[in-house]
Order: sequence, then structure tokens, then C-alpha cells
Amino acid sequence: MSWSDLVIPLFVCAIVAGGMAKRVPVYAVFIEGAKDGLKIVGRIFPYLVAMLVAVESFQASGALAWIEKALTPVGAWLGFPGEVLPLGFLRPVSGTAAMGYMQMIFERFGPDSIQGLTASVMMGSTETTLYTVSVYLGAVSIRKPSYAVKAGLIADMAGLTAALFVSRLFFG
Amino acid sequence: MMDIIWVILLLGGIAIGVISGKGTEMTQALMDGASRAVELCVRLAGVCALWMGLMEIMRRAGWVDALARRLGGVLHRLFPDIPAGHPAMGAISMNLAANMLGMGNAATPLGIKAMEQMQRLNTSPDTASAAMCMFLVMNTSSVQLIPTGIINFRHAAGSAQAGAIVLPALIATTCSTLVGILVASLFRRLSRRRGA
Repeated sequence: MSWSDLVIPLFVCAIVAGGMAKRVPVYAVFIEGAKDGLKIVGRIFPYLVAMLVAVESFQASGALAWIEKALTPVGAWLGFPGEVLPLGFLRPVSGTAAMGYMQMIFERFGPDSIQGLTASVMMGSTETTLYTVSVYLGAVSIRKPSYAVKAGLIADMAGLTAALFVSRLFFG
Repeated sequence: MMDIIWVILLLGGIAIGVISGKGTEMTQALMDGASRAVELCVRLAGVCALWMGLMEIMRRAGWVDALARRLGGVLHRLFPDIPAGHPAMGAISMNLAANMLGMGNAATPLGIKAMEQMQRLNTSPDTASAAMCMFLVMNTSSVQLIPTGIINFRHAAGSAQAGAIVLPALIATTCSTLVGILVASLFRRLSRRRGA
């Protein structure tokens, strides 16, 4: 057990104990806040079906292997470990697929290789943008994301590019 | 934008799969995707209810407003459309704090709460508002200070220097968040000009 395992339990304790100290009727207030949980998830559901069906079909098609084959020499030519580049494509689209890809890199090169370190930095620098947008917009039933997706993907590109350069600087 | 991404992933995937002779796998993948949405929703429902209940306790104890007041200066610049003291500011502060501390499963329900509050201020309820876009970009670009999940994962894979990525990841995520904020405020200005 590490320190980070204690954060959530201690935080929950602090909230409930602190609420009691402030004379909040903690049980009743908790129920009041929690009652909408299911309703919200019901609103998110169709958005998640749309997103996950598309992501699963893309993964199952083997398109990633094509992307990897195409990107590896490009990366090597630019002076980066080419094997990590498909991660830049996967990371915004699917969290589980990106985790799986990083695991594969760890097994092939080791977590402390330049490939493993770069992949880790890439994973730590952005989120699964499409999933986050689907969940948050789904929760309020918004179908038109305006420029949220575009701006999110541009930020991802910036973060992933930065991850490549910073990793080369630190570990190259 | 969402149309294009969805069509590329879905139709691109099906086309490539069919060309590679993976008809059975593709059928399975489509059904699996739909089922995984159910699994995710079930997991999310419980976590959502838990954190929303806890958030309500924190709100009634006055801590949410206290945090929002403390972050008020910065947040007001990022979200000029949200009036000071509006409950949306409280929910946004809670979400960003949870994100920074790496409490991912608390951050999502708090973020949903923030979206609901921002929807009340939204003048065209079928489209994401400028405040929502800024909020989404800050969330998707990850404002986590220490990527605990990745560090644990590296540790489990037998890394001798699992924590070596903390500083580089912090630099990279700062880049993505700053670029995200800049791009979102740029788009905001462009869409205002077009609308005027």
C-alpha cells in the first residue's frame, strides 16, 4: 500500500467528519446530493454507446497496425522513437487502448527504455479527449460541441509533441 | 467535427476490417462496444452518486464557496461569462482541484455538476457555451500534477525509476493546458465576431 492509496479514504473521512463538525445533517445531505447519479448516467448513455461502438470497431479492424507501420519510420527520421507515435493517435481516442499499447511497449523495450519513458510521459500529459467530451456534453444533453473537440485535440497535439521533445531532453 | 471523427472511426474501421476479411471480429466489436457502454455507465453511476453526495456535504459546510472565492481571480479570467459567486464557479473549482490532485474518479462527477450549472447560464442549450468549451479543454488536456496512475503502472511493470517521468510529464501537460486555454479563448473571440 502506498501513500496515494490513502488519499481517497482520508479525504472521505475528512469530508464527513468536517461536515458533522459544521453541524451539517450529513446523512440526509448525502442522499440529497447522490439522488441524481443514476439520472445523469442515463443521459450520458447514448453518447457513450456512439463513441465506444466507433472506437471498438476501429480497434478491431487492425487499422492501428497500419498506422504504426506508417508512423514508425517517420518518427525515426525525425529522431524520436517511432514506436511510440501511434500512442499520440490512440491517447485522445481510447484510454484502454492507449494503456494496452503502453503495456506492449513496456514488454517489448522495458519501462525504463527511451521508448517506455517517452510513452509514459505521453500518457501522463493528456487525457482521453473524446471520452471526456462525450461524458461531459452527454450529462447536459448537448449534441453540438461547438469548438470544444477541435480545441481539445489541438491541446492534445501540443501536449504530445511537448512530451516527445521533453523526453528526448531528459532521457535521450 | 464530432460527425467527422465518428464517421472516420466507425466507417473507416468497418471498411478496413471488411477488406482484411475480419467480418466476424467486426460484428463482435460493434456489439462489444455497445455492451461496454452499459458496463461503464453502471460503474459511473455509483461513483457519480457517491461524489455528488460528498460534494453536497462539502457545499453545505461552506467549503465549496470558500475554494471558489480563493480561486476566484484566476477563474474569472478563464470564465468571464460566469458571474462571480455563481454555483458553477464552485463546481469548477472542485473539479479542477480534484483533477490536480489526481483524484480522477472524483473529478468526473464534480465536472458533471459543473456542466449542469453552466448549462443553466447557456443561452443556446443545444450547443456548448464558451465557458463549457474552456472547461472541457482544461479537463481534456489534463491538469494533473502527479500522474499517479501511470507511476503505479510503471512500478507494476518492474521499472527501477517509476517516478522519473513526473517532471517531464508536468512540463508536457503544462504545455497542453496552456495551448488549450489559448486556443479556446481564440476560438471564443472568433465565434463572437462571427456572431456579432
